[in-house]
Amino acid sequence: MGILEVRNVNKRFGGLQALADVNLSVQENAVHAIIGPNGAGKSTLLNCLVGKLIPDTGTVMFDGQSVLGRKPHEINQTGISRVFQTPEIFGDLTVLENVMIPCFATRDGAFRLHAIRTVRAEQDIMERAERVLIDMSLQDRLRDHAASLSRGDKRRLEMAMCLAQEPRLLLLDEPTAGMARADTNKTIDLLKEIRDTRNITMAIIEHDMHVVFSLAERITVLAQGAPLVEDTPENIKGHPKVQEAYLGQAHG
Amino acid sequence: MAGLDARDTRFLLIVVALTLFTPILLQPFPESSSLAQFNAGYPDLMQRFAIFGIFAIGFNILFGLTGYLSFGHAAFLGVGSYATVWMFKLLSYNVLPGLILAVITSGLFALLIGYISLRRSGIYFSILTLAFAQMSFNLAYSVLTPITNGETGLQVYTDDPQYLLAEGGLTTTHIFGLAMNKSLVAPVGGWEFTFNVGYYFCAVIAIAAFYLSLRIFRSPFGMMLRAVKSNQQRMSYTGLNTRPYTLAAFVISGMYAGLAGGLMASMDPLAGAERMQWTASGEVVLMTILGGAGTLMGPVLGAGFIKYFENIFSKINDNVLHGWFAFLPDGLEDLLVTIVHPFVGKGWHLTLGLLFMLVVIFLPGGLVEVGQRLRRLFTRRGGTPDAADPRHAPKSAPHVAE
Repeated sequence: MGILEVRNVNKRFGGLQALADVNLSVQENAVHAIIGPNGAGKSTLLNCLVGKLIPDTGTVMFDGQSVLGRKPHEINQTGISRVFQTPEIFGDLTVLENVMIPCFATRDGAFRLHAIRTVRAEQDIMERAERVLIDMSLQDRLRDHAASLSRGDKRRLEMAMCLAQEPRLLLLDEPTAGMARADTNKTIDLLKEIRDTRNITMAIIEHDMHVVFSLAERITVLAQGAPLVEDTPENIKGHPKVQEAYLGQAHG
Repeated sequence: MAGLDARDTRFLLIVVALTLFTPILLQPFPESSSLAQFNAGYPDLMQRFAIFGIFAIGFNILFGLTGYLSFGHAAFLGVGSYATVWMFKLLSYNVLPGLILAVITSGLFALLIGYISLRRSGIYFSILTLAFAQMSFNLAYSVLTPITNGETGLQVYTDDPQYLLAEGGLTTTHIFGLAMNKSLVAPVGGWEFTFNVGYYFCAVIAIAAFYLSLRIFRSPFGMMLRAVKSNQQRMSYTGLNTRPYTLAAFVISGMYAGLAGGLMASMDPLAGAERMQWTASGEVVLMTILGGAGTLMGPVLGAGFIKYFENIFSKINDNVLHGWFAFLPDGLEDLLVTIVHPFVGKGWHLTLGLLFMLVVIFLPGGLVEVGQRLRRLFTRRGGTPDAADPRHAPKSAPHVAE
């Protein structure tokens, strides 16, 4: 059984069947891509996994436990972190503070009235945040406002914030959307490095085939809210149904 | 010192010195000079500086850090005042039990209002808090009359029980026998300085309140509050529950307001419902924005600024103006008096309004930005301007529109 098990998930928005009987199994420490044309239900599925949406029917199990009906912060505390399409960071805070916050969240839980000690006195948290920032090559920007970073650096910062929590499952929502080719390649290298150096499971929603085929070990193709096929990249490439539903369209 | 780094310690010591020397600093003109009316070293005015300073410091913990704009903070001020006067009626004129009860009741009241209001954010949160405050204001006038004494206002009567009042005990507010209205007047040369017990009592509490807010600003809790303001979505996807953080900030700032209300009643043992009116809630918003929301010193400056205007600028009447312009030819003198007239005396609101507009447009960081800009001018060579330290001067977002 996979670390993430999605069983028979349905979600309707009015007359639109956004997800129709979706089944998905993500194996531990694998990189699993979910692809599909626009409106295939990729983002809806992701939102069902993180607690932003609640499926109408079906189950979502993470590490053997149901996450359905839990709030986003509770789901995060079980070990699921999420990277957004446009980086979601704390723009008014410094780069270092941005990463210290997830460190606090991991150590102290969803809430702690932590007003006695100063931030400065939290040496271990600060060191941990700095280590992650060094991994993401942001060590020269520690004291800068996060809002002043370039888009690529914001992406690295968001990644650092997620990794600081040492999540078991990292969800990435189109991490290269709107990026130039050079930046896309940098992001691919970054993700490869994360995949190879950390024990982490990644589920990537992606539009860009180049990204998917460079990273993924398994690929699920969604079309019109239902999984079309799930296989290895090699087999997906040559699959006639996929060509028809997705690749043909994209390249044609 | 006391859990602060060198820079904050220096900052705190400056604030302490300024507060303790206020009776001298606010009395810069000799009694006989024509500028003596700009002196502000009177006990009741200085008390108000300290009390509204506390109110604004507390408000800033909520608004400055989390960005949640409460429009009903005067409700807690009123609750604090009522609680304190009740302690006077039931126990004695010692202010300590009253202040403790004021902080507790306003905290509980804030817990209730905050729990409901914080289900919404932005303008809806502001409207909810405003509605609660207006509700409290109207209830205080009507059905709650047995507790609030309605329009007359709550005060101490001779037939009140006052169980702890000893035979021949003090019949004015005091702290363990030291009467609040006691003053030492020291004439030095042409100057006259008034050192008042009530002011120093408020000042010591204000310093403690300031120190506490400094600690909150520098703590992980304060960092979380700034994160709430910056990006709530990222907060919840980082495993943090924003609701208890905002509620804690709301309750803390409500307790500050209750403390300020209690101190008001301690200086003058009266509590009226008008203290809860929406204008009073609006005033603390103005103070905080005028001084600089999200900064440590800003709200205090803003509070002092507005109270100074209210009490000093409003006293300038036409006679005073004629006195100033007497050296000019008659026609010109009358013309100048006519021009200046609408801006002073009863028209002090106009001047304050204009100033507020100027500050919001040209100094979005509030009055503290003046100091920061000056300092940057002098330390430019240093390479790293002070403003690069966001903990000291968080960038002010367009709060009002949030």
